Amino acid sequence: MQAHADHHDPQPTHADPHHGGHHGPEDFPELPVPHASVRDNPTLPMWVRVKSAITRVMIGLYLPSIFMGLAKSLEWMTRAKTTEEYPEVRPGSKGARDVLRKGYRGEHRLKKDEQGREKCVACYMCATACPAECITIVAEEAPWPDRDKRPKVFEIDLLKCIYCGMCEEACPCDAIELTNVYTQVATSRKEKIYDKERLLRN
Amino acid sequence: MLLELAIAVAKMLVVVVIMFTVAPLLILMERRVSAFIQGRKGPNRVGPFGSLQPVADIIKCTLKEVTIPRDADRALFMFGPLLALLPPMLGWAVIPFGPRVQLFGVDTSLQVAPLGIGILFTMSVLSIGVYGITLGGWASNNKFSLLGSMRASAQLISYELTLGLSILAVVMMSQSLDLQTVVTDQAREGWNLFGRFNPWLLPSGLVGFVLTYTCALAENNRLPFDMAECEAELVGGFHTEYNSMGWAAFAFSEYIAMTLSAALVVTLFLGGWHVPFITVPDETGFVPWYFALVGVAAFVGKVVFIDFTYIWIRWTLPRFRYDQVMSLGWKRMLPVALVNIGIIAVVGVFGG
Repeated sequence: MQAHADHHDPQPTHADPHHGGHHGPEDFPELPVPHASVRDNPTLPMWVRVKSAITRVMIGLYLPSIFMGLAKSLEWMTRAKTTEEYPEVRPGSKGARDVLRKGYRGEHRLKKDEQGREKCVACYMCATACPAECITIVAEEAPWPDRDKRPKVFEIDLLKCIYCGMCEEACPCDAIELTNVYTQVATSRKEKIYDKERLLRN
Repeated sequence: MLLELAIAVAKMLVVVVIMFTVAPLLILMERRVSAFIQGRKGPNRVGPFGSLQPVADIIKCTLKEVTIPRDADRALFMFGPLLALLPPMLGWAVIPFGPRVQLFGVDTSLQVAPLGIGILFTMSVLSIGVYGITLGGWASNNKFSLLGSMRASAQLISYELTLGLSILAVVMMSQSLDLQTVVTDQAREGWNLFGRFNPWLLPSGLVGFVLTYTCALAENNRLPFDMAECEAELVGGFHTEYNSMGWAAFAFSEYIAMTLSAALVVTLFLGGWHVPFITVPDETGFVPWYFALVGVAAFVGKVVFIDFTYIWIRWTLPRFRYDQVMSLGWKRMLPVALVNIGIIAVVGVFGG
């Protein structure tokens, strides 16, 4: 102990390496660091100086901060867990912490009108707006009097898609939208190229 | 004669089986405890409460492809993990997991090898442990691995001194190098942790325990002393180039060494198999076999608790800087250990 007390450490021994800048004082209370002058002051009673020296050795061995940290992690061990067990508890389902928010951009859907026809008029606006160029449209003449064209082929390659929602914004007929279907599971690449029927089903 | 041989073989089997089961269990414990500390649930899918997770880990590791770097020293590269695995297993030979008992009329001490110099043996075995890490890192022919192994060996040498000194303090209190005798003495006179209930030795016991515990952490390259594999600086350190079972062997050796040093701390300071008022040895140091069973359970419990605190510390404290490790070892812990020995020597001569 004496060997340590005699030599003046250029680094301040009370520098606590565990202090992050963003912790409040209530998280890590200030360590009672006795100043070196307490130890060296001959007018103070002996027990005060001995206590000060012992405290300084403890701090030199990082012990007080270690015990405070251990208490903190013990407290965390007893707290409620934030994990959600995904396949059983899905976002948005009952009892789940996570919710699916309104603007979530998942898989696409082609909307239908009141008569069950696709709303899309094959205007190519979405395909033009798409930055990933994942939309393929082939138009054909519509059999209905209220529009000129309808899509013969409407394919979205979901592996190319970046889910930016530009197609949704570009659409003049409100025919395409992004749903909150977030599971993207397939056993082959072909499965993730959705054709018109698949998109209408979504 | 045959009975004695059978008992010896049985003791060996028990120790080997426990050793090989304790590592997977500790891996599971590490993962669950770390998860709890971080507010997660941890692995809970494989088996009830995730109890089969280690099995899944092992299957995954064995099924993986073994890759050996082109420029690595093939023989040493394969030898490294084995050499890391061997010493901590050897060390278990002298740890007394139970008291001296009479089994079927045969006097036996519940340790594989009742060695008179058990403490020296364990210390030497603990220091050999770094050879595996050093060899593995050197044979990888990777600068980061080499740096990791060099740090490991430098750190081991630094903390070996303090460990030796604080174990020496125990030896001075017990007047014996035999681990079974150390434990029996503690059972009679009080644990070394409390300085055997001698008020003059109480601070020395506590300080010795803290020093030995910290050095054991450092010897095992556990956080906050895992200089050998600090990811931020050295990628993976000594096991950067290892995968599959080579890596698993390193992981296993870490956990077995951890348990060995926990057992050493328990034996030296926490009274080993001793349960107050239950496993009390008679004049010749023997304990009835039914109380001996309680003692074995107590020993296992204490070791598991120390292992738990290792894990707890690992997931609480950040890693020291390398210069902090060195200055803590040489400039702070070594002087404290020296003063501690001095106090014990003075008390041993003049009073107590």
